[in-house]
Amino acid sequence: MAHPALMKPPARREIGADVYSEKLGMWVFLGSEVMFFTALIGSYIILRFGSPEQWAAPGQILNIPLTAVNTFLLICSSVTMVKAFAAIQDGDQRLLKLYMLATVAIGAAFVGVQAYEYTHLVHAGFLPSGYSAGSELAERAAEGLLPVSVGVYGSSFYTMTGFHGFHVSVGVICMSFVTWKAYRGAYTKEDHRGVEVVGLYWHFVDLVWIILFTIVYLV
Amino acid sequence: MSWILPPSASTFAGEIDFLYYVILVITGIAFVVVEVGLLVFAIKYRARPGRKAQYIEGSTKAEIIWTAVPAVTLVIIGLMSGGVWNHIKGRNSIPPNAIPYEVHVKQFEWNFTYRGPDGQLGTSDDFIVRNQLHIPVNRPVELQLIAEDVIHSFFVPAFRVKQDAVPGMDIRVWFEATKVGEYEIACAELCGLGHYRMRARVFVHSAEDYQQWLSDRAAAADEE
Amino acid sequence: MATSAVSLEPAAHVEAHELSFLRKYIFSTDHKIIGIQFLLMSFVFLLFGGLMAMMIRWQLGFPERPLPAGQLLPETMAPGGILLPEFYNSLVTMHGTIMVFFAIMPLLVGVFGNYLIPLKLGAPDMAFPRLNMASFWIAFSAGILMMAGFFVEGGHAAAGWTAYAPLSADPEWTGVSGGQQIWLLSIAILGLASIMGALNYITTVVNLRAPGMTWFRMPLSIWALFVTAILVLLAIPILSGAAIMLFFDQTIGTHFFDWTDGGQVILWQHLFWYFGHPEVYILILPAMGMVSDIIANGSRKPVFGYHSMVFALISISFLGWVVWGHHMFQSGMNPTLGMTFMISTMIIAVPSAIKVFNWMGTMWRGNIRFHVPMLHSVGFVAMFVIGGLSGIFMAATPVDIYIHDTYFIVAHIHYVLFGGSLFAIFAAVTYWYPKMFGRMMNSTVGKVHFWLTFLFYNMTFFPMHDLGIAGHMRRIYDPSQYEFLQPLAPLNRFITVSALLLFTVQILFAANFIMSWFKGKKAGENPWEANGLEWTVPSPPPHGNFAKVPTVYRGPYEYSSPLVEEDFLLQTRKLASDVDPAAAGP
Repeated sequence: MAHPALMKPPARREIGADVYSEKLGMWVFLGSEVMFFTALIGSYIILRFGSPEQWAAPGQILNIPLTAVNTFLLICSSVTMVKAFAAIQDGDQRLLKLYMLATVAIGAAFVGVQAYEYTHLVHAGFLPSGYSAGSELAERAAEGLLPVSVGVYGSSFYTMTGFHGFHVSVGVICMSFVTWKAYRGAYTKEDHRGVEVVGLYWHFVDLVWIILFTIVYLV
Repeated sequence: MSWILPPSASTFAGEIDFLYYVILVITGIAFVVVEVGLLVFAIKYRARPGRKAQYIEGSTKAEIIWTAVPAVTLVIIGLMSGGVWNHIKGRNSIPPNAIPYEVHVKQFEWNFTYRGPDGQLGTSDDFIVRNQLHIPVNRPVELQLIAEDVIHSFFVPAFRVKQDAVPGMDIRVWFEATKVGEYEIACAELCGLGHYRMRARVFVHSAEDYQQWLSDRAAAADEE
Repeated sequence: MATSAVSLEPAAHVEAHELSFLRKYIFSTDHKIIGIQFLLMSFVFLLFGGLMAMMIRWQLGFPERPLPAGQLLPETMAPGGILLPEFYNSLVTMHGTIMVFFAIMPLLVGVFGNYLIPLKLGAPDMAFPRLNMASFWIAFSAGILMMAGFFVEGGHAAAGWTAYAPLSADPEWTGVSGGQQIWLLSIAILGLASIMGALNYITTVVNLRAPGMTWFRMPLSIWALFVTAILVLLAIPILSGAAIMLFFDQTIGTHFFDWTDGGQVILWQHLFWYFGHPEVYILILPAMGMVSDIIANGSRKPVFGYHSMVFALISISFLGWVVWGHHMFQSGMNPTLGMTFMISTMIIAVPSAIKVFNWMGTMWRGNIRFHVPMLHSVGFVAMFVIGGLSGIFMAATPVDIYIHDTYFIVAHIHYVLFGGSLFAIFAAVTYWYPKMFGRMMNSTVGKVHFWLTFLFYNMTFFPMHDLGIAGHMRRIYDPSQYEFLQPLAPLNRFITVSALLLFTVQILFAANFIMSWFKGKKAGENPWEANGLEWTVPSPPPHGNFAKVPTVYRGPYEYSSPLVEEDFLLQTRKLASDVDPAAAGP
């Protein structure tokens, strides 16, 4: 499939990476994001091996079914994102707009579900600092049904998922901007760099979530 | 102004000092070679009318030599160091007959727990002395460092001993004093506003004096 | 309408509209203006960091005497002009913080990365000019925020620039609350600016090289900046993550570093130094790269072993990731790690040694012009080697037992950061000043500045090795508390006097910089008879840099080439024997 003119590396330059600059820039940026999440996830691993008694068994505190649905939603949004990109590669403006809207909506829904999950957890007494005094979870802990303390469990859970959620939110905002531009006809078969680049970011965010969901919720 | 280490008074100080002097000689030679070389080149190859530089791009042979020589030298220093490190800080380096002490470290003092007449730490005849560590000469001692608030670092320059005391970690340091006398202990990790005055002292006694000191303390404790 | 991130058609930048002063000089997207903005900002912070150093030295040299103009300081810092111990701890913390993050790093990476990369590669600007502008203003905001920390209750951060937990995590231990939080936020914001800059530099180097500018025709300054940008990209996010965790420990009660509830105290050190060690290479590699360019120019010879120099840069950047534990030998971590980190640390000394020998090899059989940048560059080599050699003492773990957290370490740090990086910065600023401002700095003043700085610098920092050998600890407000340190008081005084002289002498550089801007001799395109692409355009270059896309025919170090009579040969000069590269267009 022929590459449209502006989605090639810059003309009359030494070939470096054989991609246009915006895409290269996004890949490079994602490299830094990998390191950021590595710091958080690496710390989580160290802390968990150091204080395993603080971790409740999967599902005891966190809501796995709800988050599993949320994970499925996020994966769906990556599919719609791919379809949006495929649409504009064919020059289909209608499907581009449709699938971008779908991606934004599902992404926003993910954030909404996560916000709901957070409020529910806080209400039950699971905080970044551990149990909140007198809460339902604190009482279950006192009865020996849950770990005595969840200090680092809470700390790492909220920090990792919170920053992921922040990245999803930023992604939703950027995709909204791209969707708005799509409605204004900014993208063509020849030049749809914005769609591809925001798509890369979105897939990355999805991938991080799959890792987080596995190690935070299921292990 | 000198690069000579101050006098030492522990068994492994000698190993550390020896390693230091070996490195001093090696780095001293490298220092002279480079600085004199730079000076000679600066003078000899300064621009003068009618001269031209020689168009040389490099020399693989030179690269090999000045890669291999530093590499081999550093490997040798590394191997020498490894043995000494293991001896002083290794997992199994603490001599079995070391006299145990506990050191409760906090802002800004050192509280030394002595095992008392029964020879056991953790019993009711243990006693604590603030900022004074009394030990016998020529006997290894083992200190368990227990930090209670922030990171401190137990540093006895004369013994070449230094070990961070970290809250939440079980950290042990050992040494064996070789000369009777009084030595200073300093804190070597920024620990707050009193870090600069977190001073204590080690008293190294002869065997008899050490026993005398212990029994004097026990008697004084009985009277209290 | 499709627009590319940067227009690669040089003529396209002959725009009809004239930019307002605000758009041209304040909110500029031109990499050259942004580079100069970083320069001015960094010099202000360098001055500030230096002032703090003077206060520290005053306390160590003349503890009983009130600081000159000390009455200007509030009672919470220095009642009657005598520094309080808590303020002293804050000073050592902030001196380190400001020098590392707001002076040296932006001077090397922000200034010269921005200024040189597009020019030396034949590009009209960075790949993302607006992102570049944002990066400066975000860094500037971080700087303002950091300064604000001096004005909050409790004073500024006081846990060292290394901010070890638990000292930094709980105000109970330092009495500092807001200051420590501001410190973390400012660092995180600066980190964002750095990452944005790094991604711009990397994309530009990969994608915007002019036809013929192959990887192995890039100057070492650009190789170094490229490798540094990759280190920034990958290391700074680690610091950001760590800073966030510490900030949460301080503010929302998380327990990452709280040993009483499942946290681990030395986790902070592992995270910090995992960032911190690549950081120190970020602080030296660009200096090494620029010094290579200048030494070749001064010697009128190619850099000796160009390919080796590139591979040394790359190996340092790889090895730099596996040595972080050498900052933690005495930390209580597993002693076996002491062995492994010692080995990796010994190995990383080798590529640095290779570079020193290659610089010497460049001077050998040269025809050396000792212009001011060359003086500073040779000074760099002479001082950096001392810093590197002192590192071997610390790498040997048993010796580190004794010298860790003493002034021996302080000597090492300053030999590489001042004797190394700062001398390189003096060299680079003087060298590229004519290109930036269209005028030469005064050469006589420059030489006097160099020699006096070199003299007072060594008088200040060389004796610190002796302090360390005598056991003098770091970050100590009053050494006289210890009997074994009392005999060192005269040496401390000597160092203080030298430091005051060193600081004072910098007025020569500042005056030269400012006066030359207005009164300096006008500079032509190529005052140093150098080979790089920046020397083929006017001084200063116009917006868009090159009137037409340049074509590169050779490497950057063809000095004294047998092909031509002059002792330099521009990368873009076409000789009869040269063939146009495939990528070149009309």
